Amino acid sequence: MIKHDSSFQPREICDLVCRVGHSSWLGIQYYNHGDDWVELELPWREDLLGDEDRHVMATGPIISLLDMASGMAIWTKRQAFMPVATLDLRVDYQRPSGDRMPVRARVECYRDTRSAAFVRGMAYDRDIDDPVATMAGVFMNVGSAGNSGRK
Amino acid sequence: MWEARATVAVNNKIVLSPYARALGIEVADFEDRIPVMKVSFGGSVEGRPQYFHGGATSGLLETAAYTALRLRLDEEGRHPVFKPINITVQFLSGGRSEPAFAKARITRLGARNANVSVEAWQSDRDRPIASAVMNILLVEESDQRD
Repeated sequence: MIKHDSSFQPREICDLVCRVGHSSWLGIQYYNHGDDWVELELPWREDLLGDEDRHVMATGPIISLLDMASGMAIWTKRQAFMPVATLDLRVDYQRPSGDRMPVRARVECYRDTRSAAFVRGMAYDRDIDDPVATMAGVFMNVGSAGNSGRK
Repeated sequence: MWEARATVAVNNKIVLSPYARALGIEVADFEDRIPVMKVSFGGSVEGRPQYFHGGATSGLLETAAYTALRLRLDEEGRHPVFKPINITVQFLSGGRSEPAFAKARITRLGARNANVSVEAWQSDRDRPIASAVMNILLVEESDQRD
């Protein structure tokens, strides 16, 4: 059903980009992928609470997770690692994520053009049909690498 | 005097979330009774090499919004729980390897919700790196459903 170019492996790309900087600080990990989507996981962490009294995960890490999954989805659809920059990201929070639950983000790159890529996705804890948040975003290609080899 | 009081409140961790503290967000200043939040550049906020991660910038924007809103509500003697409804972030320029600042503007404060716009900048304040609009639901203890 899913055919993958052996030259491009989202899991390996995640090992590169998720193990440095902000993503590494959050502990973001590869979870799953398809032709044009990627799913990443954010483990539960006590020090990432947004509200101590209610024991609810902050929303910042969920934006980071969705942003990261967006970039990965774009590269996966292109089968190439090219620098992109977030132009616009909208996140609608449906409910708080579950206490001590990891949060996963599944993002799909539904349209890719020469200059921009359009993504949509969701964050969930137990069930993807009961999302914590939904998102939509637009990413721009940056630098000369952005246009090389593009149709 | 108000500013000294607010600084004490912030430093006593009444306002900042564990996430904001872990990321290294702090209060840099107050302008018109609104806090200016700051985060230094470092590994915890880095995305592509030498640039802020969009998620970390968003976290700074959200924290600036929550902090400004909490202080304003405290002044009014209100202590609702915040339930974020949504955020739309515009990334205007790559955040470089230097401190980033953010300040919110409470566009509307109602009984049940607030609309807040936030801007983040670095060395040149006239050249913001990101802006956001947030809607936040304010739930008073008495009408909490869950």
